[in-house]
Amino acid sequence: MMKHRNSIVFWAGAAVFLIAVLSMTQIVRNEYPFFAGYVILQFIALAVAWSILGGYAGYVNFGTNAFFGVGVYTAVALFKATGAPLVVQIAAAAVVGMTLGFGVGLLTLRMRGIFFSIATIALAIIIETFVMNWRFVGGAAGIQIQRPPVMAPFDSYVKMLFFVQALLVVIAVSIARYIQNSRIGRGLQALRDDELAAECTGVPTLKLKLVACMISGALISAAGAPAAMYLQYADPSSAFNLSYSVSALAMALIGGTAHWIGPVLGAILLGSTQQLLAVTISSEVNVLVLGIMLVLFVVGAPKGIIGLLRPRYRLRAGGKP
Amino acid sequence: MDLLLGAVVLGVLLGCFYAAVSVGLSVSFGLLDVPHVAHPAFLVLASYGVYQLNESYDIDPLLAGLAITPLFFLFGLLAYRVYYETFERRGSDAAVRGIAFFFGIAFIIEVLIILQFGVDQRSVSATYIGKSWRFGEFRIPIRQLVAFAVALALTLLLAVYLSKTFMGRAIRAVAQDEEALRLMGANPVRIKQFAFGIATAVLGIAGALLIIVAPVEPTLDRAYIGRTFCVVVMAGLGSISGTLIAAIILGVAESIVLTLFGASWAPAISFAMLLGVLAVRPQGLLGR
Repeated sequence: MMKHRNSIVFWAGAAVFLIAVLSMTQIVRNEYPFFAGYVILQFIALAVAWSILGGYAGYVNFGTNAFFGVGVYTAVALFKATGAPLVVQIAAAAVVGMTLGFGVGLLTLRMRGIFFSIATIALAIIIETFVMNWRFVGGAAGIQIQRPPVMAPFDSYVKMLFFVQALLVVIAVSIARYIQNSRIGRGLQALRDDELAAECTGVPTLKLKLVACMISGALISAAGAPAAMYLQYADPSSAFNLSYSVSALAMALIGGTAHWIGPVLGAILLGSTQQLLAVTISSEVNVLVLGIMLVLFVVGAPKGIIGLLRPRYRLRAGGKP
Repeated sequence: MDLLLGAVVLGVLLGCFYAAVSVGLSVSFGLLDVPHVAHPAFLVLASYGVYQLNESYDIDPLLAGLAITPLFFLFGLLAYRVYYETFERRGSDAAVRGIAFFFGIAFIIEVLIILQFGVDQRSVSATYIGKSWRFGEFRIPIRQLVAFAVALALTLLLAVYLSKTFMGRAIRAVAQDEEALRLMGANPVRIKQFAFGIATAVLGIAGALLIIVAPVEPTLDRAYIGRTFCVVVMAGLGSISGTLIAAIILGVAESIVLTLFGASWAPAISFAMLLGVLAVRPQGLLGR
């Protein structure tokens, strides 16, 4: 009964959020809030997607940039080849991201801890190197992108992208929420606490990790797909920038990974701080703040913001109080 | 054919240099099991220290590297103490956060370097930089030879230290069986802390070699994540002689690919080899 009411509240909240975003695009004339807001929404989607594998399963993925860049370049290649609309680009990016997640998972998920993390960095660099040598999408120099005309209810392309990214956030959050409450989530949590014990009690660990890696990868690639249209430009070193990895990881861990709301809170907090700092100071200070916050939280508040807010998560996810 | 031979020779020189930059990680990660992702960032930091000393006081880069070594030793002691108190002692969930911790540290160092020195490439000046020896067809830069000689000496010295001295054997003992050491009345944490200090101190010299071989930039550590971990994993965790062999294999592979396919494929070599080793032979060449 309780759970049922929770669901109603969640879906009502999601609907209110989307309606608010949609009406904002119709009312506000200035484009800047949408420019800044898009980046924050993108970070929410990335952090939530990251935490499906990194948080629930405890596999620290340094390769967010690999999936992000693959999303960007799937969209770019598809747009250049066929001029496909944005929806198709995003769907294709999700499919490619999921396939990549499957491959990455098969290759790396048997490794534990640091080996998995290093292997994901390795994959990012290797894919980036291939894209750098891929002439069709501009190689290392990058490629300019001409936005197609904007669609009906929106009067500018950035506003439309803002709405699309909000939609992706809702999708990512509802999938993360579903996983958290399902058998998959409980299995992942079991294998995070003790993989051998989970395996022994009949949890299909490899299968669950593969599913988590595929879903996480698909969501990250989908969130990355509109980035080329947003910047009207794509190049390998920024699409595969390691700062996407550190951002997603930091936001998820700072927010707390025991509940889907953690990465959302972390991304909103850090994303908006970053937007303020980028405007007022510089983008380097930005990364510095991110790094220092990450280290402070990892050392001082292992369960993140939600652990500070609600001690019960500390009990549930940590094992020891 | 001459071209290929030249590539192999340069690859061996490069490989010994890679051994010197990886040997610290071989101790900290290989022997002590610390997920030290920030190792390459420490390395680049050392290079900038050497650059600063060379720029302001005109000290020879190798001497400058030697000068910052004690500082790095203390830095290493401190870093391990923080890591131990916050993660290793608490156990269980700590592994995930330990990785994130070092990842964060690496980024902080990177940004601090950018804020202090800017994003431009930096290099050092010394009498042996810029000249080269000619052997008929191909030539070898003297900076490569200097780096090769110092790197080889450094790696061998550390290998001897770990196998012959009392403290070195204690470090290997702590890697093998911490509990046994504790039962014999030794304090494993202090030995590990000392070992981490040594592993970090070595980076003083290695950082000097890094900036002697080529100019450095703040984000250079990213490429070296692949190289150092590739070498250490391929060597077999904690094996110093394996480190030298693995580093030479990597150096020759990189050098050949560079010659045959061009520079744009070079960054992926170490990472591809790392993945290959992890998939096929995770215990490395001389695994413990």
